[in-house]
Amino acid sequence: MPELALHILDLVQNSVCAGATLIVITISLDTRNDRLTITIEDNGKGMSPEFLEKVTSPFATSRKTRKVGLGIPMFKQLSEMCEGDFSLLSELGRGTKLQASFRASHMDLPPMGDLPGTVRTLLLGNPLTPDFRLIYRIDEREFLFDTAQIRQPLGNLPLNEPDILDWIGQYVEEGLLEVQNG
Amino acid sequence: MKSLADLEAIRQKTLDKVNLRREHEGTRIVVGMATCGIAAGARPVMLAFMDEINKRGLLNVTVAQTGCIGMCRLEPIVEITAPGQEKVTYVHMTPEKVARVVAEHVVNGTPVAEYTIGAQDK
Repeated sequence: MPELALHILDLVQNSVCAGATLIVITISLDTRNDRLTITIEDNGKGMSPEFLEKVTSPFATSRKTRKVGLGIPMFKQLSEMCEGDFSLLSELGRGTKLQASFRASHMDLPPMGDLPGTVRTLLLGNPLTPDFRLIYRIDEREFLFDTAQIRQPLGNLPLNEPDILDWIGQYVEEGLLEVQNG
Repeated sequence: MKSLADLEAIRQKTLDKVNLRREHEGTRIVVGMATCGIAAGARPVMLAFMDEINKRGLLNVTVAQTGCIGMCRLEPIVEITAPGQEKVTYVHMTPEKVARVVAEHVVNGTPVAEYTIGAQDK
């Protein structure tokens, strides 16, 4: 995958498939320690310990478990390649927390890429539920986008309406830029 | 600068369109969005469809996503079902191909044969 934002798009689909009602995506860059951390946390149905053990292996995936496939192994491999750590915690009935860190300046780390595009794509495919919360942090500066905050003022219209998606894309883009520019 | 205060105006503007959309039987555009599709470039393709449809103000078209269609080497794959027509499967889609598919197939009802899966193996 040429962008971190594409990994995120792919991994969040797992949370959607797990029936989550809230998915929290946290992207946190600590410039002093040269560390990027990406966390995806959901309140979906979770995984059994046996399944959890299998999902980080690309070869354990058969057609029956195709829902998981290569997404998680590729992300794990990337974090290991970039001097980072990968962890996956899950509990049946409670949800799943996936976290990967990277050395931010590592030459094998792809760029963040089109994160607003990832948000728009997620909402295009999941206009009514779940709620998505995006937290984007560089050191002490932070931007938050939460679909739970915009549903009510929008009168619970589906978020895949073109005008709404356009606005969301621009809102997120501006918010990220503001954090990046300090 | 966008702010959450814009949302009220957007709601007003969008509500009429949503109601209009409900009255039409529409064309459905489905983009494969599994790991294979995403890695091959499905996200810009999906957003290009959305932008093109918005630009033309087409109210009777919905864009949706699905998982792995089973032919990963042909991704990005897009399936288009127009009312009263058979499903057409486009393969190796790119954002550049989207405008032509919308103009010729979605608007005028003639699939772009050279981009379809049928043209692929010839």
